[in-house]
Amino acid sequence: MTDRLLSIEDLSVAFHTPEGTARAVDRVSFDLNKGETLGVVGESGCGKSVTSLSILGLIPSPPGAIESGLIRFEGRNLLELDPEDLRGLRGRDIAMIFQEPMSSLNPVLAIGRQVAEPLMIHRGLGRQAALDHAAEWLDRVRIPAARRRLYDYPHQLSGGMRQRVMIAMAMVCRPKLLIADEPTTALDVSIQAQILALMLELKNEMGMALLLITHNLGVVAQMASRVVVMYAGQVVEEARTVDLFDRPFHPYTQGLLRSMPLLGARPGGGSRRLNEIPGMVPAITEALAGCRFAPRCPHAFDRCRADAPDLFAVRDGQRARCWLQPHPERRRTDA
Amino acid sequence: MPDAPLLRIAGLVKHFPLGGGLLTAPRGWVQAVNDVSFAVHRGESFGLVGESGCGKTTVGRMVLGLIHPTRGRIEFDGQAIQDLSRREFGRLRRRMHIIFQDPYSSLDPRMTVERIVTEPLLADRRPPRAERRRAAAELLDKVGLRAADLDKYPHEFSGGQRQRIGIARALCARPRLIVADEPVSALDVSIQAQVINLIQDLQQEFGLSYIFISHDLSVVEHVCNRIAVMYLGGIVELAPAANFSRCPRHPYTAALLAAVPLPDPHRRAAAPAMEGDVPSPIDPPGGCPFHPRCRHAFERCSKEKPPLVPAVEGHSVACWLNDGRGLE
Repeated sequence: MTDRLLSIEDLSVAFHTPEGTARAVDRVSFDLNKGETLGVVGESGCGKSVTSLSILGLIPSPPGAIESGLIRFEGRNLLELDPEDLRGLRGRDIAMIFQEPMSSLNPVLAIGRQVAEPLMIHRGLGRQAALDHAAEWLDRVRIPAARRRLYDYPHQLSGGMRQRVMIAMAMVCRPKLLIADEPTTALDVSIQAQILALMLELKNEMGMALLLITHNLGVVAQMASRVVVMYAGQVVEEARTVDLFDRPFHPYTQGLLRSMPLLGARPGGGSRRLNEIPGMVPAITEALAGCRFAPRCPHAFDRCRADAPDLFAVRDGQRARCWLQPHPERRRTDA
Repeated sequence: MPDAPLLRIAGLVKHFPLGGGLLTAPRGWVQAVNDVSFAVHRGESFGLVGESGCGKTTVGRMVLGLIHPTRGRIEFDGQAIQDLSRREFGRLRRRMHIIFQDPYSSLDPRMTVERIVTEPLLADRRPPRAERRRAAAELLDKVGLRAADLDKYPHEFSGGQRQRIGIARALCARPRLIVADEPVSALDVSIQAQVINLIQDLQQEFGLSYIFISHDLSVVEHVCNRIAVMYLGGIVELAPAANFSRCPRHPYTAALLAAVPLPDPHRRAAAPAMEGDVPSPIDPPGGCPFHPRCRHAFERCSKEKPPLVPAVEGHSVACWLNDGRGLE
């Protein structure tokens, strides 16, 4: 496979806490091709952010520890790279943007300097050349009067503008992979639309791959070509975006899609109820036999509570961690 | 002829001073709420939507008397709040309650659940312990928690459960009106549906009215009967839920709706409908506050502020398009 950029194989990450060992990520595997947008969705604590932080070696250790697995980027296992090489990769080949731009920008450095910094470090540009380049990028992400803004500080910008600065910072070295962890969650919906459009435009123009981590199924539907759904530390479903929304297989994915109110679907002072997923996500410190979703699953049968299912192929390009069979007539034959 | 509304708000204004202190004059005024009027009927869910800083939360707080209006009139059950004595207002105030967004910071971590949910009872009398405990157990049952949870502390609960505790507390004094300020925004999708259903069930059971404040248009459309869209401190459109996303009349409402990322990969959005940021409420634009970002704006829009007037029965808009009827 020549167009594979990133592959994660059997990644497990645990956090050792006084309350016990929390298995935040449990044997997670997925691939990302060059130029592709992969969405990783799931609720708080499902392990999506920990997975993305592992890629860049950003898991705080202790308490965190990568217990097993491989993260291959252009053929090299990032988990075996020495810290120097990994630093060389971060910001140059792989860049990341986070949810809260205020806490990821340095409050005492002018934004021009922050955008220029990766160029000085990775490309060896001089200060002035890097600043010129930074101004071009600020203009490129549509910050008005970019050249004058070089000397502004983060607190002088709105939330949307700060996220644009983050994007400029991530893009200056033209990375092959951009990891965006909830990039628009803190923003208002009109600003979110602008930022998503900007990310899409830059991605297409530069041919980079995008790993988009979000809890928002709408954002995924709009942006991703493929989706990985995570639940309690595991991948429970993987599919092309269209298949995931048209024919979700895993009962958790189905439950999520049905539980959202849809704009324009059933307006008005509802006596109509939303579909609920009963119960709540299990604590990841609990050792669970069987499928982790079984306690909340409307279709669970005996086997689900006893054996943990693998990711089974459902149809071409779609896999689900579920004992149900893809064809109704074969359903539960294993039970 | 419908019943008199439970709550009527007329010409509500709130300007916050910017800087300044005891002896120095403020540097300016943040025009957080500018001439807002609406009514909430009995048993109705009234939605307030808009982006950060549009004034929706400030309106909710003024209704509850948590913030004093600069100008304007608030009538609850036919009584004008500003005419009441402190004591009378205190009594009236027990008939309204609030549910906050953040289920973490809105519960006192040192109180037991029993104490938290029955605290509103302590405002006017001190019922005996056994009675409080019975009341608390009953409330927990209503919101889907168990009597066994009475002696626990907030940290022992998940976000969704904490929000249920907050709802139980809001119900404790049997209010008529609940201001729910982003009640499900901090919750995960699967838990959000549970809490929305609970909020709706309780409305039926107790005949509650809600002011439901949220930035999430799909949630508001699902829950509310009527929806007011706010922009820079004013209501730009007030629509029945059935019209809200189907035929928005204000260009801002239309742009806001177009910006919502739909969970449908077959309907991907075109270019963003709105460029730029919301202008500062310190120095809002003259004329229609939306005109600098509006793609339909014409000369009149920058000169005169359009009033909120009915375009069709029950659906009002503040827009000069089509002789004041907005988009058609």
